[in-house]
Amino acid sequence: MNLSLLIIIPLLTALLVLFGRGLKQVRVISLAGALLQLGISVWLLLLYWQTRTSGNNEAMLFVQNHAWFAELGIHYHIGVDGISIAMILLTASVVVAGILVSWNETNMSKEFFFLLLLLSMGAYGFFISLDLFTLFFFLEVAVIPKFLLIGVWGSGKKEYSAMKLALMLMAGSALVFVGMMGVYQQTHSFDIMAIAKMHIPLEVQKIFFPFAFLGFGIFAALFPFHTWVPDGHASAPTAASMFLAGISMKLGGYGCLRVATFLMPDAAHAYSWIIILLATIAIIYGAFATMMQTDLKYINAYSSVSHCGFVILGIGMLTETSINGAVLQMVSHGLMTALFFAAIGMIYTRTHTRMVAQLGGLLKVMPFISTVFVIAGLCSLGLPGFSGFVAEMTVFMGSWQNPNGWYRLATILACASIVVTAVYILRAAGKTIMGPTGETHQQLSDASWNEKLAAGILIVGIVLMGVAPFLINQLIGTGVGTIMQQVGNVITQK
Amino acid sequence: MQGIPLTHILFVSTALFLIGMYGLFTRRNLITMLMSIELMLNSVNINFVAFNKYLYPDKLDGIFFSIFIITIAAAEAAVAIAIIINLYRTHTSIDVEDATEMKY
Amino acid sequence: MSNYSYLYWIPLLPLATFLVLGMFGRKYLSPISGMLGTLSLAGSTLISLFAANQYFFVDGKMNGVYQKITAFRFTWLTFSPNVSIDMSVIVDPISVMMLVVVTFVSLMVHVFSLGYMKGEKRFATYYAFLSLFTFSMLGLVLAGNIFQIYIFWELVGVSSFLLIGFYFEKPSAVAASKKAFIVTRFADLGFLIGILILAFYGKTLDIGVLVERLTSVQSPEYLGIAGAGFLGISVLSWGLSLVFIGGAGKSAMFPLHIWLPDAMEGPTPVSALIHAATMVVAGVYLVARLFPIFSMDVSVMHLITYVGVFSALFAAIIACTQTDIKRVLAYSTMSQIGYMMFALGISHQTGESGLGYMASMFHLFTHAFFKSLLFLGAGAVIHLVHSNDMKDMGGLRKWMPITHMAFLVGCLAISGIPPFAGFFSKEEILTAAFHNSPFVYGIALFTAGLTAFYMFRLYFSIFWKKEASHAYTHGEGTLTMKIPLVILTILAAGAGLLPFSRWVTADGISMETHTDLLFSAIPVSFTALAILLAMYWYKNENDKPARFASMAGGWYRAAHRKFYVDEIYLFVTGKILFPLVGRPIAWFDKNIVDGCMNLLATLTARFSSLIKRWQSGSVQNYALYFFGGIAALAVLFIYLWK
Repeated sequence: MNLSLLIIIPLLTALLVLFGRGLKQVRVISLAGALLQLGISVWLLLLYWQTRTSGNNEAMLFVQNHAWFAELGIHYHIGVDGISIAMILLTASVVVAGILVSWNETNMSKEFFFLLLLLSMGAYGFFISLDLFTLFFFLEVAVIPKFLLIGVWGSGKKEYSAMKLALMLMAGSALVFVGMMGVYQQTHSFDIMAIAKMHIPLEVQKIFFPFAFLGFGIFAALFPFHTWVPDGHASAPTAASMFLAGISMKLGGYGCLRVATFLMPDAAHAYSWIIILLATIAIIYGAFATMMQTDLKYINAYSSVSHCGFVILGIGMLTETSINGAVLQMVSHGLMTALFFAAIGMIYTRTHTRMVAQLGGLLKVMPFISTVFVIAGLCSLGLPGFSGFVAEMTVFMGSWQNPNGWYRLATILACASIVVTAVYILRAAGKTIMGPTGETHQQLSDASWNEKLAAGILIVGIVLMGVAPFLINQLIGTGVGTIMQQVGNVITQK
Repeated sequence: MQGIPLTHILFVSTALFLIGMYGLFTRRNLITMLMSIELMLNSVNINFVAFNKYLYPDKLDGIFFSIFIITIAAAEAAVAIAIIINLYRTHTSIDVEDATEMKY
Repeated sequence: MSNYSYLYWIPLLPLATFLVLGMFGRKYLSPISGMLGTLSLAGSTLISLFAANQYFFVDGKMNGVYQKITAFRFTWLTFSPNVSIDMSVIVDPISVMMLVVVTFVSLMVHVFSLGYMKGEKRFATYYAFLSLFTFSMLGLVLAGNIFQIYIFWELVGVSSFLLIGFYFEKPSAVAASKKAFIVTRFADLGFLIGILILAFYGKTLDIGVLVERLTSVQSPEYLGIAGAGFLGISVLSWGLSLVFIGGAGKSAMFPLHIWLPDAMEGPTPVSALIHAATMVVAGVYLVARLFPIFSMDVSVMHLITYVGVFSALFAAIIACTQTDIKRVLAYSTMSQIGYMMFALGISHQTGESGLGYMASMFHLFTHAFFKSLLFLGAGAVIHLVHSNDMKDMGGLRKWMPITHMAFLVGCLAISGIPPFAGFFSKEEILTAAFHNSPFVYGIALFTAGLTAFYMFRLYFSIFWKKEASHAYTHGEGTLTMKIPLVILTILAAGAGLLPFSRWVTADGISMETHTDLLFSAIPVSFTALAILLAMYWYKNENDKPARFASMAGGWYRAAHRKFYVDEIYLFVTGKILFPLVGRPIAWFDKNIVDGCMNLLATLTARFSSLIKRWQSGSVQNYALYFFGGIAALAVLFIYLWK
């Protein structure tokens, strides 16, 4: 299969959108493109299965490699493994859901959908890149549209948030770039798989690993660089929030894994205590900060900080199970947060408020949206049957395997956060969904078809992953295996 | 001609340059400032020609450059006068102090 | 040995019902949803009864020992090569016994709800949630993998949450549902960490293998876990205590019991099913399931014993002072579970010394029937009176004869009056306690008296005391409400006569128990006295109880206010956790972390405003800089650059 399709389709759709007339044409074109992309992603998944079952054990499949700027060794080099496919499926689902949720975006709809599609193209490109430079290129493509999406279509203090988000993410990319250049200077290659086979001296790794990891860490809301998350999410329009939490933050987690840890494993071992410390702080701190929030979007944004902490924790623990868990958590969190933001957006468009105190008893007037909200909440607090449970438990089990006593303590603290999660989720749900229905809410309508479809797609993902985790576990298994070969087993090393 | 040493010529051109500079910094009238710039350019031309003549008599590079500069100066004068005319239309003045829109 | 793999249909039927009713019930199936749920559960019940018959009477026994059979296993999620969550169906005496209890009580509750919840707007949703709960509980019962227990453990927790909050427009119900979920979640944290510890040292999540490894003292796994220590306590004790904390949370043991009384905000049949008969005994079941491992560690067994016996006494004292009939029943549930818990704690693994284990399971079995009977009876009363408070009741025996009889039988059974069910099981527990620890026996005996007292206080207050304040226009309720009451009455009266010890014992070998007249004389006469006291105080309206209460003064008030445990929790969460942890963190985030970013931005802006003056807009200034720069460079290159 030609992987370039994954980039070409969103690009073509985005260009076509520019020729569309009026909201109606634009949204139909966007949806068609996104659905086509989702279809191709599923097809890719099936092809991947087929190839794997036929005994192909190459680390990367469907590889293409063309020189892009030969003098500097920059190649357009793409290929996928299970992890990338999981991310691509996640992206495709979130994109479809996001477009459906913004079905009635009348304000400059053409530009809005164009930017959404552009962002998604960046994400797809990022996930399939096997060349550091290409990867960086797509990372940047995914950053810029966010600034405009928040700054133009946002709400509240949108200029501030957009600027903050863009500057922090740009700083992240700058750090990534430095790390990348360090690797290049050492190996004279941008090819990820080739670099992985070379040995970068530990001293060099120690210098450039922090750049790469921190850079991607900013994308993944690593404490204390998470502060763009709450403001950015809160100000963004619904679809952009979904994209931000569901896709952009995953760019960071994926980068931490694929670039920082995979290419500089020795430094990852050396610095793992810092990573784990920061991740644990993020988990606990994010959870407690969430507890004090009064705005639904802030609640979800801070809880994202906490949940993305699990991704970082899983990577930092460096056992096969924990890294598995980190990948699962990325997918799970992407679907779940997107669903949560979608539900919040649906509530907001009806009630025109996101303050918990002003909402109440929505279950009576909008049972569907309330159910979606509760499902997202239950997934967030790690209820079995939904994806969150599978991911978090895998991270915990994996983390516990690391024999270091302090890391065990970190694991226990991370486990403790699930109680705090239950507290804030139930507080939010108890006040908004349950309780007496407010006077002003009596006449509100339930979800329309597009909203139902959007929520449905995400819920199917969440439930599928929660009920049949062995499927996705098999999917990402070889990918994580490749990374583990590089990282080495922390259990036997000690 | 043979009796005049290079330093004399350089002295003239330096004087010319400084006069141009002085004009550029002290006058507020854009036309005068433009003329000062022309003076400075011409002092450079003199330098080029003089160096060419005294140091590399068998080459023509210096001459070429001075011709080049004359051409550029002509173009530049045209552009500058166009700007000045436009400035006059908008500000009804060609005083450089009155055009401070580019200020922070 | 026949194949038991068909057992997975037992949980799957309610799951299917849940899915169908959850997705389509509200719109399309609302009128028939009750029948649908009941029928599918009747199917499950039949399969369970069939399986129980097959297991206990046909082929469960091999060489005189009931076998532990893994009837079905499916790898659900692999963590590392030997550690995986398997969805399994395990068949052994306690799981089969629990299957029967859960499906049967659930069926009774389903039938009862047909009448009780009639006319409810969210009828279909109610049945969907009931099915979800039944599915989860059955999954928990059949689990052969410790993580599988955890999964269904969480699922029963959430179904309990959904059902307690069923009347979601009532703020008190919402608060109660949140409380139930959060308190049990907190306990589950202990369970989870316990699992992590046991799984790490045992190198497996499968209960069978885990038990095998951790009970043989020579195995490397046992040596590893018993040898490692943390804070001077062996890791085995840590792991088991943490698992027990999980069980204690679900089973409402002190001090994690605070959610149970509040959980009575849910519909009464739900209380009967979840908060009396099935889910709350999950903690007991968990300890019983891992009993061989628990019995390896004496200190944890002591912990279980004393937590159990203290909860039994503590709850019984509070129950004497409550006036909400469901709350009285809730505290009595807590007290009875305390009995089951300490019976496990004083038990041993094999032979005669395993009496406590058998007694605990027996009590679990009989308790399920008489307690659900009492709750359903209370439900019928509430249905008639539209109030939970004893003060609004009295003299109801004429208006609801069937309920009256049922309630009386339930009260006799829980008090332990022969030949009702509770007598036999409580008798075994007391015997076991007597042989192990006189102290525990003394408290248990006293609690038994208290139990009889508060149950008959309840009984007399509802059905006697005063004449009914007004004539009730409608009767006891529909036929569907009466039938379960009658069936459960029969069971509450007769279940104790079953030769339970032949079927369920700690080591699977049948044992014979016999009632010792001399031994039972003490507890029975003691409870009879307590009943007489309750009759003397509460049969007619008088001021004796009030006088006694004022005599007891502070003690009475403390018990009435449930010994201020709720207030302590509120203090910890409201006065410590939120203001001293949450708020500082939120402040820190807003002012320090965010502040640093804003400071960075402000500094940049300051700096730029500092240097922007150079951008004066005056062409001549620029020219001056330009020439100045040229001159400086000239000096640099000509004179300074060497």
